[in-house]
Amino acid sequence: MNDKIKHGDRLRDLAKVIRSKNSGPFELTFDVIFSQFEPYLRVKNSGVLTRELVCRLYGVPDHAVVAFMFFDPALAFKFTLRRGWAQGSIGERDTFGAQQHAPLMEIEIPASREARDSRP
Amino acid sequence: MKEEIKILTPVGMFGYGFPEADFWRGMERGPDAIIVDAGSTDPGPYQLGLGKMIVAPSALERDLRVCLAGVVRARIPLLISSAGGPGIGAHVDATVEMIGRIAKETGQRLKVAAIYSDIKSELVHERFAQGRIVPCASAPQLTAADIDESTRIVAQMGFEPILEVLRAHPDVDVVVAGRSYDPAPFAAFCVLHGLDDPGIYWHMGKIMECGAVCAEPKGSVILATIRKDSFDLEPMSTAERCTTLSVAAHTLYEKTRPDLLAGPGGVLDLGRSRYLQLDERTVRVSGGAFRPSPAYQVKLEGAALAGHRTIFIGGIRDPILIGQIDPFLQGIKARLAAIYPELVSGKARLIFHIYGKNGVMGELEPQKDFVPLEVGILGEVTAQTQELAHAICSNARINVLHTPYPGQMATAGNFAIPLNPPENDIGPVCRFSLYHLMEVDSPLEPFNSRIVEF
Repeated sequence: MNDKIKHGDRLRDLAKVIRSKNSGPFELTFDVIFSQFEPYLRVKNSGVLTRELVCRLYGVPDHAVVAFMFFDPALAFKFTLRRGWAQGSIGERDTFGAQQHAPLMEIEIPASREARDSRP
Repeated sequence: MKEEIKILTPVGMFGYGFPEADFWRGMERGPDAIIVDAGSTDPGPYQLGLGKMIVAPSALERDLRVCLAGVVRARIPLLISSAGGPGIGAHVDATVEMIGRIAKETGQRLKVAAIYSDIKSELVHERFAQGRIVPCASAPQLTAADIDESTRIVAQMGFEPILEVLRAHPDVDVVVAGRSYDPAPFAAFCVLHGLDDPGIYWHMGKIMECGAVCAEPKGSVILATIRKDSFDLEPMSTAERCTTLSVAAHTLYEKTRPDLLAGPGGVLDLGRSRYLQLDERTVRVSGGAFRPSPAYQVKLEGAALAGHRTIFIGGIRDPILIGQIDPFLQGIKARLAAIYPELVSGKARLIFHIYGKNGVMGELEPQKDFVPLEVGILGEVTAQTQELAHAICSNARINVLHTPYPGQMATAGNFAIPLNPPENDIGPVCRFSLYHLMEVDSPLEPFNSRIVEF
């Protein structure tokens, strides 16, 4: 029975790219890009990546999430947050917004149903 | 009229340098133009606010020399957009001047067009009063003070001002445009050649303006072949390849969303775009659609002086102090606020960045209770004058060094300071005061140009 409850993979084990960057001076955008269709679909279908998760992880209200989507042509998941501080000005911590992605890496994705069912 | 045109882009940011062998490999393919973007807001508002270029003049000159050699050899035009980075008039002129110097030195004869996108604050005030300016993306609402405080304002031109110059001067060798929508020169060149499907030329320009960043691994020099209803992308380094995935993924980069890309005159909709692997290294793209907006808007960018900054930096290794670092620093902030009313009124700011704890993510950091082995502290003070910033910063640093705390055992000093002098003035700090969309009466309205012959 315990076998069925497979320890999930982390997002960093499944994706090829996990990154953050400015989208203009007033937004931070996050991309998770996969190299294969199967892990992309597994993550997409897992239902783990939600607006609620993003809000909880980054401690931001829902209205700060200005985009949240899967983008099939690039096997990608993307969301964009309103920047809570002025880019490149007083109190800046990350001018390019390039180091805000790390918490996404540890998100656990459960094994897909197919994977669980097919195991002996 | 040609059925197909070819555009060679050496690099995604003019002045960053590119492999010359790849550039000349691209030139052998017979491109019709060399197009390169030099702009970005990403380095922050200081460039626009203080009139600084992104790259050093020597770096710009090196890239320029190679491209001009291509221009002269193949008699094709070179289009440069957002000269200098912020694309202000002074950077357009500096780039033109540099071209003139290189032309003289190498005995080249060059006809150069300069297009300016500096915007007078009077025009912005007028449009603001008319209710014809709205925030771009997530920018805040505009105020009249934002306009007044802006030291420089530019507008991103669409393709139209560049097209007008190319049509009026078919023999132009180099176009140096001020602040431009990044894909604008690519679009202008396509329209010049009768390839007038905006769903194609904007999508192509959006990818090409970054050079071969859409390749795997990320590269520099790239060739686009554009026809009526599609375009092909091929990186010029044989070690790189474009794949359907790498190209499709490109519109994720630095964009709010990958499928709807707003620009001057409308929105590029990539919801039905198609990507076809032509050969191992080349991808054909089609299917982009352009939805014109009811009013033609240009994006304004403005920067204002936010104050003057002084910083100190140092580290803490004492576990007793690290265990109470937040209340310790809050206590220092309270003490400083009691001395300097500017910190209370908001005219001055004291901010501690605690590296090792949440220096990178601040409030966004999900791990709130992490206790590090050591922490680095950047103390940042901004005030209306450099003198006041220095005074507050010095006081803050002395407090970090000597303020007692509960359970203190190390009574000789709290803080390891690497720099001497410990406080350092780093000068003016800017802020983006304008990042808004302004309606224009015509796409050409606020832009003007001149021709220089060397």
